[in-house]
This record gives sequence, C-alpha cells and structure tokens, in this order.
Amino acid sequence: MEEICAKFVSQKISKTRWRPVPLGSLQTAETFATGSWDNEENHVSLWSIGDFGNLDSDGGFEGDHQLLCDIGHHGDVMDLQFFDQERIVAASSTGYVTIFLHHPNNQTLSVNQQWTTAHYHTGPGSPSYSSAPCTGIVCNNPEIVTVGEDGRINLFRADHKEAVRTIDNADSSTLHAVTFLRTPEILTVNSIGQLKIWDFRQQGNEPSQILSLTGDRVPLHCVDRHPNQQHVVATGGQDGMLSIWDVRQGTMPVSLLKAHEAEMWEVHFHPSNPDHLFTCSEDGSLWHWDASTDVPEKSSLFHQGGRTSTFLSHSISNQANVHQSLISSWLTDPAKDRIEITSLLPNRTLSVNSLDVLGPCLVCGTDAEAIYVTRQLFS
Amino acid sequence: MEELDGEPTVTLIPGVNSKKKQMCFDWGPGEMLVCETSFNKKEQPEMVPNCPFIYIIRKDIDIYSKILRKLFNESHGIFVGLQRIEEELTGKSRKAQLVRVSKNYRSVIRACMEEMHQVAIAAKDPVSGRQLSSQVSILSAMELIWNLCEILFIEVAPAGPLLLHLLDWVRLHVCEVDSLSADVLGSENPSKHDNFWNLPGNTQTLTELELKWQHWHEECERHLQDGTFAASPHLESLCKIMLGDEAALLEHKELLSNWYHFLVTRLLYSHPTVKPIDLHFYAQSSLDLFLGGESSPEPLDNILMAAFEFDIHQVIKECSIALSNWWFVAHLTDLLDHCKLLQSHNLYFGSNMREFLLLEYASGLFAHHSLWQLGVDYFDYCPELGRVSLELHIERIPLNTEQKALKVLRICEQRQMTEQVRSICKILAMKAVRNNRLGSALSWSIRAKDAAFATLVSDRFLRDYCERGCFSDLDLIDNLGPAMMLSDRLTFLGKYREFHRLYGEKRFVDAASLLLSLMTSQIAPRSFWMTLLTDALPLLEQKQVIFSAEQTYELMRCLEDLTSERPEHGEPDAQQLQDDDIETTKVEMLRLALARNLAGAILREGSLEGS
Repeated sequence: MEEICAKFVSQKISKTRWRPVPLGSLQTAETFATGSWDNEENHVSLWSIGDFGNLDSDGGFEGDHQLLCDIGHHGDVMDLQFFDQERIVAASSTGYVTIFLHHPNNQTLSVNQQWTTAHYHTGPGSPSYSSAPCTGIVCNNPEIVTVGEDGRINLFRADHKEAVRTIDNADSSTLHAVTFLRTPEILTVNSIGQLKIWDFRQQGNEPSQILSLTGDRVPLHCVDRHPNQQHVVATGGQDGMLSIWDVRQGTMPVSLLKAHEAEMWEVHFHPSNPDHLFTCSEDGSLWHWDASTDVPEKSSLFHQGGRTSTFLSHSISNQANVHQSLISSWLTDPAKDRIEITSLLPNRTLSVNSLDVLGPCLVCGTDAEAIYVTRQLFS
Repeated sequence: MEELDGEPTVTLIPGVNSKKKQMCFDWGPGEMLVCETSFNKKEQPEMVPNCPFIYIIRKDIDIYSKILRKLFNESHGIFVGLQRIEEELTGKSRKAQLVRVSKNYRSVIRACMEEMHQVAIAAKDPVSGRQLSSQVSILSAMELIWNLCEILFIEVAPAGPLLLHLLDWVRLHVCEVDSLSADVLGSENPSKHDNFWNLPGNTQTLTELELKWQHWHEECERHLQDGTFAASPHLESLCKIMLGDEAALLEHKELLSNWYHFLVTRLLYSHPTVKPIDLHFYAQSSLDLFLGGESSPEPLDNILMAAFEFDIHQVIKECSIALSNWWFVAHLTDLLDHCKLLQSHNLYFGSNMREFLLLEYASGLFAHHSLWQLGVDYFDYCPELGRVSLELHIERIPLNTEQKALKVLRICEQRQMTEQVRSICKILAMKAVRNNRLGSALSWSIRAKDAAFATLVSDRFLRDYCERGCFSDLDLIDNLGPAMMLSDRLTFLGKYREFHRLYGEKRFVDAASLLLSLMTSQIAPRSFWMTLLTDALPLLEQKQVIFSAEQTYELMRCLEDLTSERPEHGEPDAQQLQDDDIETTKVEMLRLALARNLAGAILREGSLEGS
C-alpha cells in the first residue's frame, strides 16, 4: 500500500505541480510547486521532498516535504504550469498571467514576465475596466495558451510583450481548462459541457470542431490528453463524471464513468504509464484508475482497492474497423476490460483541488490546507 | 453578570486624534468598523475629516496567525472524525476511543507549540519573539488544562492509577521535576518504590496497595524516630520528604515550580491512593501553602482548582474568560459532551452550552477570509441553530471567482439550501449578463432551475437578434439540449434558431410547419409575431406552394389577431406616422402574399385530390 505523507501548510492549496525532470535522466521527481487561493496574500511556493540519502529502517524515505522558497502572488492562483526547468507560469483570478523564475543558487523566486491584461470583461481602454479570472493555462515551450472566464483564448510567447494571437469571445460561457492536442491544435472545455478544438493555423474565430454530451449540459472542469495517443482525451465534470473521448470519431464520448459525488477538479493520465489515470474532486477524495490489462481477471474487482464504484458504461464508437493493437485501454468497452479503482487518501477531507503525478510520485493539495505526497505509487 | 476583574485594554487608533475628534463605530460578526466623525468635541462640526480611513478592529488575532492555522485545520479533522464515529462508540471501547481523541487534540496542540517555539527562538525581532513566546506559554497552559481534564473527566482514573496519571501530567509539564525525582528516587528504598507501582496490568487491589504503602510508611517513620539519619541532615530531610512532611517539602520550594507540582509530590508521599473526590481538599491546601499568602491565584490556578473540584462548568467558564479565542473551549466542551458529562441545562436563548460555544467558534471562522470552509462543518453538528446560522453566513461570502462560487454552491446543495442556491446563482447570472457572458448566465440559471432568469437571458438573445439581424453565440443556442425546456422563452429561442437552420438547409416544408407551430403554440412572445410573419414572407413567395391551405388560414388568423389589437394612438407624431406607414405596408404585403398562397394551395390540393 502506498505510504502517503501529509503536511499542514497554513494556506489553501489550489494547484500542485511536479517540476519536470530532464528527458533521459534517471532522476525521479524531487521538487514541486504549489499555488494558494482565498488568502489575503497568496503565494506560489516551491517545495522539496528531501534527498535520497535518508532511508529509514523500512527502506522508505524519511522526512516530509520542506519549503524551499515562495513569492507573493496577486490574486488566487487559478492554474500553474512548469514552462521549463526554471520557469513557472501562474494564472491569476485578477486576469494576470505571470512567469516566475526560480534561482537555484540562492533559492528565490522572482517575476520574470507578466501579462496584466490577459483576461478582462470590459477592456483596458474603457473607463469601466473590469478584469476576469484566468482559469487555465497550458505550456509548450515557447508558447503559452491561456483561457479565462471572459471566454477568451490567448496565445502568448515568452519574451513577447503582446499576445501573439487572441480569440475574443471564443465562447459565450466560461472556459475552464485547455490542453494541446497536436501542436497547432488546442482543446478547451467550458461551463456548458462542450469540448471545442481550435486550430491556430486557421485564421477565423470559430472552433474547428465541437463535441458535447447529449443530455444535460453539465459544465466540464478539467481535461487531459493521453500522453501517447493524441486523439484520446479525458474530461471531468461538475457532476463528478469522468468521460473518455476520441476526438476523431463523432461528437460524443466513448465512455462515461460515474466517479465522484461532486465536481471533479483535475484529471491526469500518468505520463509514463498511461493505463493509469488519476482524478481528484470537491468531495475530498483522490482516485487512482488502473486500466492495465496485464492484471489477471478478478471476479469481484469493484470491491478491491478500498472503494466500490458503480459506473455506467456507454460505448458508442464502432471498434470493428480499428486494428486491435492500436486500441487504447481507455477506448474499449470498460465492461470487458476491468478498471480497478483505488482511493488514495486515508481519510475523507475537504476538497482535493489539485494533483500531479510523475514517475512513482504523486502530490496533491486540499482545502484543509494540507499537502499530501507519496513516493511509492505503484508498490 | 460577572464583574470584570481587570481594566479593559485600550487600543489607540492611529491617525485619529481622540482628544479632538469623536469616533463612530459599528459591530460586525467578529470585527468592528471605526472611523472619525466630523464632530469636534468642543466647537462646531468641521467639514473636512483629518483621517480619511475606516479601520477594521479585530479582537481575535489568533485566527490570523500562520502557525495557529495548522491547529485549526488539524483539529477540524479530529472534530469531524469524532462526530462521525459517535454512532459507533459503544460499550467498553467507547472510553478508550474518547481518550484517543483527546490525545490527538493534545498532540496537535503540542506540535503547534513546538513549531511556535522554534520560530520564537529564531525570530530576529525581539518584539515578535516575545509575542511568540507568550503565545507558546498560552498554548502550554491550554495543553496543561486539557491534559488534566482528560485524566479527571475522560479517563476517569480511579484511586491508584489516578496518581500515576497525575505524576505523568506533572512530569510532562514541568521540566525540573526530572531532576527532583531523580534526587528523591535515588534515595533509600528505590526498589520498594518500583515494586510498589507495578503498572497497568497490576492485579493488586486498592486495599492491598494501601496496606503495602502503609507498611512502608511506618518503616520510614520508625527510621526517622530512631534517628537513623541523624548524622546527615540531608538524608534526614529526604526521609521527611518521603513521609510527605509538608514543611520539609516547602523548604525545597525552589525545586517545585508551582503548587500543583507540590500537590502531586505531596500526594505521592502521603496519600498515594487518593480518591478523585478527595483531590480538591489537597489541591486547595497545596495552593494555599505554596502561595503562602504572598501572591494571589492566577487565572490558570483557578481553572485547575475548578477541575480538581470536578466543576466542569466553572472550568469552561473561566477558560472562556481567560482565552481570547473560542477554539479551546469549543473543542473541549464538545469532547466532554460526548462523554455525557454536561448536563443539558439550556441557556436562555434555546441551545445548550456545547452548541453555543461551537456556534461562537464557527462564526469566528466565518469572519476569516479563508477559514470559513472549516466553519461549515461545525455548523453542521449544531442541531438547533446550526442550519440557520449557516444559511445566513454562507450567503455573505464574497465570490470573486466562479470556482469559489461553485464550492459555495456545492455546500448549499449538499444541505438542500435551495433558497441560498437560488440567490447565489441569481447574483452570478446577473453579473454574467452585465459582462455580456450570456452562456455563463444561462448556465447559472440552469443550475438554479430559475425559469424567470432563463427567460431574461433569452429575451436578451432575441433583442440582439432583432438589432443585429443575426444570432450571437450560436454555439450556445444550437446546443441547448434538454435545458431548452427550462423556460418557454428559451424553448422558443431554440426552436426559432432551428427554423433558421432548416431554412438555410432549404428544408422549406419543415421550416414552414415549425414556424407555424411557433405561432400557434403560444410560446412566441406577442412582440415577436410580426418578425415571425415577416420571416414567413420568403416562404410564401416561393415558386412552389409550401404552406397548405389549412396553414395559410392559420397564418391569416394570426395576422388578423395581431392587427386588430393595434391600439389607438393619440396625437400621432412624424416618427410614429412613418412607423405606421411601414407597418401598414408590411401588413398589406403579407395579406397579398397570403392570399396568393391560399389560391395556389387550394388549386394544388384540389387537383391532387382529383387524381
């Protein structure tokens, strides 16, 4: 069973992100960044999970995570992404987008670049200027895409003062999250339950494709793309439902899985083991979804892993034409291939707002002002 | 009403000259607003205030301490856990579980204390260092009191083990006792000591213990009287101590840090099998002897004394007065209530003491910009007034982002507070409409099932259409789904857009019947009928006949309905005359087109029937 280590940090955590490890290196995750929200003074902080030299008697790692440095942040931290090894991009509820630079020699953070009018309802030119929260960012060095409550999509480039491209009124509702599909294409989710694909190569302000659930227009809060298969996307909604989509096929999801009892805030495919998916929710739980098929069939799989779950499976796409070896475990009918679901947090807590996975390490932050870290996800 | 036994503290408001100007104030739930007035104490009121600021004064500054926040969060988890396992607590294990909960609370206090101590030592600024140190001693006092309450009220240790617990209690809190006990225990008969206190699992009964102790005590006395230690005054005084001689103990007062240390030492040597109900006699006399009339008891002493007297209410009352924050009394009282120790005497405003303290604590949390989320759970477990308090507080939380609003709404929905959901969604929808985010506005009205607001949003769309001639936000209108049923106007909007789509796809017959149904089914607003009829024109003027005779009759009826309603104008002005002209032209064109269509339809239907 995973050993999970909790620490109370006196601030409600809205986002946690592992610092990426250099490609090809044998290192595992060591440092993570967090953003806080709902404080009079919010912070973006960097934490270290200790060195590998300290092994305790069980062979586990000693000590909890320690604060390396932090910096004040204007407004709630709505989203956080590592741009590269030293730079972190933060989205603010004041409509600012800021790049912070980490100086490892003296362990400080400083503001590297800031776009102060990234998101707004009425523009900076007018007397009744009102800013809008920026709700999501995604980075692909050197580009940064941001979306906000104003329904606007911005494409920024580091070291460029103005946005490279802006799509005003891309959506009449709030855009909650964004991710890259293939590099010139992004996918956004909004609060009327639609996925929209935008192609930056095209000039217009219209999405190239719109997908949505039929039935109630449940707002979608998070989205993540499968690391290897760029057409497979997972979304989480306000009703706690997890949906897996194949954007090449049709406008409806491939499967719908009833997951949490309240809003699902984040969904992540594991970057190196994409048969594993992680979700966290307002209901205070964090789930690990294991769809790997090398596990022998189990008869009462839903009662293992400490959490029972019912799901309604809704397989719509016609799999007959697709070569068997190319099917991702997520696209096949879940009733045939079993998914094992485990709840990772020991007690029910207040909302788990964010999580991130890298290698065998997982970090998550909650509204109970606690950060949980585990270094043994798959043991 | 209790008399205050101290002078109230004075807080100076910076920037306001209180000698010259008057101040006005207003109370909030946990804070006070103060500002300068334009009244001058002596002369007439001046128009210009010197100090332009409004000040917020908070009594409870603890809640803003970074380290104490951890205390609030961790104890919240313990509190909720305790309420949840309440139903499962039965029988023998109940006491053990409650003791465990109490120990959890105490370990959280200790952790906080240690962290604060570290920060106090490392503080560069002496003022904050002193502040932190005094905070540490307050926490230490809290843990001391809680620990004693745990021993006396929760553990309910009987005579025998009682003294052991008290020994641990004193040892934990008084560092110097280690050196003293080493001293005394290093004396004669240490082995007798060790054997004597054969710890938990001890099968000796109280009487056996008493007998053994009595025997040992008499042996000591004999030694003393025989003058065995006459040669060494040190050893003699040690022997006296072991006999529990108070005078001898008091001679070494400097080694005893306080009166309860004195009490426990005394009991150890003179009455080790003391019964809980006799404790307060010894406590009172220990206090008196120790203070020796030189100083008066401090608040902490009074609290501990009340505990020894098993007067729980007095303990809680004194703690409430002495401490600046409700945290301690709220959690301790709740735990004691679970031990079924509090009589349910009702306070005159209808709830019991536990609930009163929890409500006060939770209200204090709601005054904090961030800790309000913890307060929700505390209100949940106040059966009488918790729900209404929550309803009042939750509507007043400032919502600056949608994500925060969603969390607040989730809290309300989980507790079926539909009124609050409605009102919050309405505020958010209004904000969205003002910012021209019609999709968001619709999304909020759907969540609140607010048909009236959905109608408002649809009217906005229709108005935009009339002004611009095209729909904005097609992505929304085209994909309304079942939400369309929320309000008639919304349904109309969706169907109207569908009509345009059908027309664009050249499916004229379908478009025509849809258009007609929009008018006949009464979901189209009257004001829109003219627009709908005008939309029918191109269909009427197509080469082939689209509307059947029946349908044409219907259309004509609608037109007549519309024109017959035209109100009589008073004095028509130029603009109105012009409008009237346009109207009349439109109506005439429609009549002509309808008539032609009717002719064509009758012909077509007539010939079809014939063949």
